[in-house]
Amino acid sequence: MNQTISNGRPPRPDPAPAVALHIDWTRCDGRGLCSELLPELLGRDEWGYPLASERHRGRDIPVPAESEAAARDAAALCPVLALRLTDPRAR
Amino acid sequence: MTIETTAAREPETRVIVSRLLAAGPDADFARHLARFGAFDPAAAAPRLLAELEASGLTGRGGAGFAAWRKCAATADARDSSPRARRVVIGNGAEGEPFSRKDETLLRNAPHLVIDGLLAAAAAVGASELYLYAGEPGLSAIHGAVAERADGAGIRVTAAADTFLSGQASAVVNAIATGRPLPRDPVGRLSESGLRGRPTLLHNVETLAHIGLIARYGADWFRAAGTAADPGTRLVTVAGDVPRAQVLEVHGGARIDAVLEAAGADPSRISAVLVGGYHGAWLTADQLGTALSPEALTPYGAHPGAGILLALDRTRCAVQTTAEIIDYLAGQSARQCGPCLFGLPALAASWRDLAAGAVPGAAPGEAPHRAWTLADAVDGRGACAHPDGTARLSRSALRVFAADIEQHRNGRCLRAAH
Repeated sequence: MNQTISNGRPPRPDPAPAVALHIDWTRCDGRGLCSELLPELLGRDEWGYPLASERHRGRDIPVPAESEAAARDAAALCPVLALRLTDPRAR
Repeated sequence: MTIETTAAREPETRVIVSRLLAAGPDADFARHLARFGAFDPAAAAPRLLAELEASGLTGRGGAGFAAWRKCAATADARDSSPRARRVVIGNGAEGEPFSRKDETLLRNAPHLVIDGLLAAAAAVGASELYLYAGEPGLSAIHGAVAERADGAGIRVTAAADTFLSGQASAVVNAIATGRPLPRDPVGRLSESGLRGRPTLLHNVETLAHIGLIARYGADWFRAAGTAADPGTRLVTVAGDVPRAQVLEVHGGARIDAVLEAAGADPSRISAVLVGGYHGAWLTADQLGTALSPEALTPYGAHPGAGILLALDRTRCAVQTTAEIIDYLAGQSARQCGPCLFGLPALAASWRDLAAGAVPGAAPGEAPHRAWTLADAVDGRGACAHPDGTARLSRSALRVFAADIEQHRNGRCLRAAH
């Protein structure tokens, strides 16, 4: 990506979660299981694809510690294997 | 007023420069050697990364990262198995419909690109070398590789004629599988690229600069351009200009000066799309801006792959943007849902803007659907195609707000001029 262009929202500090949920958008089919398991993290867009809060829209969604177990379930249960837990600091 | 602006412009000699194309048109190996001298990549290798860092060379393919960093990351990649045989790829796929700079470089100075490829490979310890391009650059590469003994190990791969064929992971995918489609970014190419090997991928213009820096050093490179934007860059000037052309210009050259050097009359131009279809619009009063990453940042723009698309003041900016976004929607790799569905929806919203049909979006009310759709696709794909398309849409919504308002009233600002 060329650069990050601000869309008017000021960046806010983050407590740097230990894991992030990586969405492989080439696999994601919008089945919606992840948004059911992680309602605090993911909604769905108008086409049914998982949608993180505006702050974390992207390929890797930071997962707070209290959601980590549910995120692991979501990654394990995704019917098209589109989810993976990653270390956000490694990327 | 006219005299003042003319005097304020830099003389052409401060804009145009001849480095990459200094061996002349269609330079064969003999003329290349006569102009630039013989070159030994192995001898240059030990100092190359330090020279590249000192030179300040940035990637010329669009992303604009420091060229030495990718080299260093590939050189430092974990080296624990035979699979770690390093790879260097020269990327000459030029997906931007108006861009001709890589094609021009490959036709006229293919040997400089090959020198840079060999130098980079020697510096990072790579044993597998590729050049990837579409026609007519591809034929030029084949001809040049055959002319020199050290070209024997270079594999030449044809690039598809699609907007995304030059995207980094699509290049690696195309070479490995024949499918020029972006991949989910699992890690860095420098760690795991082509068939899992540490891979250095540079644009062919970046490699040509490396070919010169390997010969003449960082100080020589910095003798052109500015401290913040050193060296030179190839620029394609296209759109509403007398003749579309590729120029080599000093880093930090003003956009209006580049347009004039290309024979355009800046007073005829209402806006310029800077950086290509994933770029941003600058208005006529902003054309004194330098074509450098630093100077363009306040406009959300970037030199990108060096494209200036000029818009004549009689041409409708809203319609032009709608057509570009429609093209970009059609160039989705159709792999990622938000891009597959979101970009056509964004294109439809721009058709509505151009047609003046904008239900429920009076000034001050809820933002037009083009704004919400840009937010809906941004960052939500394996590659940056949705991000870049969102950037263009947001830029046009800001810059052409008055035009859009006129369209809403059934008029067009441009028709009267």
